[in-house]
Amino acid sequence: MSEQGTAHATTGTYLRIAAVLVMITLIEVGVFYVPAFQGVLVPVLLVLSAVKFTLVVMFYMHLKFDNRFFTFLFGGPLLLGIAVVVSLLFIFYGAVRLRTGS
Amino acid sequence: MAHAHEAHRTSMGLDSRKMAFWAFIGSECLLFGSLISTYLVYKGRSLVGPYPHEILNIPFTSFSTFDLLMSSLAMVLALAAVQRGDMKQGKLWLLVTALLGLVFLGGQFWEFSHFVHEGLGLTTNLFGSTFYVLTGTHGAHVTVGVIWLLTLWIQALRGKLGPKNALTVEITGLYWHFVDVVWIVIFTVVYLIQ
Repeated sequence: MSEQGTAHATTGTYLRIAAVLVMITLIEVGVFYVPAFQGVLVPVLLVLSAVKFTLVVMFYMHLKFDNRFFTFLFGGPLLLGIAVVVSLLFIFYGAVRLRTGS
Repeated sequence: MAHAHEAHRTSMGLDSRKMAFWAFIGSECLLFGSLISTYLVYKGRSLVGPYPHEILNIPFTSFSTFDLLMSSLAMVLALAAVQRGDMKQGKLWLLVTALLGLVFLGGQFWEFSHFVHEGLGLTTNLFGSTFYVLTGTHGAHVTVGVIWLLTLWIQALRGKLGPKNALTVEITGLYWHFVDVVWIVIFTVVYLIQ
């Protein structure tokens, strides 16, 4: 039990999560080297990365077991950060297309 | 000293230190979001080499990623040990986490040295500028984390860290895992998606 009075995962869960994280990393590196995956490399890698990110945040940072307000405190700025990345990419590549006419 | 370890509750019944730290981590999302954006918008815009595909070492960085993931595992094991009052295990896992962090930093130092030797400096091209700023900022965070972990380990050695301080270890863990998730994104965006 944490000081917030919420249950955390067990040691067994932590070890299983670590095994899954290592397996996903191996898949990521494997996919990177397989020519057949080149066409779908970006979406596949982004999904695998998002799964790893979520597992660490939910289980190792205990957001799955903690008060929902902490999820809001983290998730709000995280979504804003993702929006910043996507917006800047659209703005930049839109400007490049306008300049080059492509 | 006992009063110093008591939780500081907010009107929501949550510990104020933990709430403040989650807000800090939220602000860090915006910092790294802006650095990753900068890297992405300048991706493929370098006029001179070395270019990413010529210089990035995927097997080596995969090992660094594995190292950081294992450090996160060690961190949760340290927290679990401190929470159940097993300070022998708590000290061990805190030290293991710090050492794995040092291995990561050693790897980053070697990587940066190798890149400089290959001709990629901070001002060589857009890739060099954005790569060093992004990964260097992450490395600075890892350095702070290692110092923090070693400080806790020394406190534990001196008998000043126990189950009453579990929240302090939990907050340290939040920082360390955040550094790990940032690397998960950097590994994908910078190294694997070239």
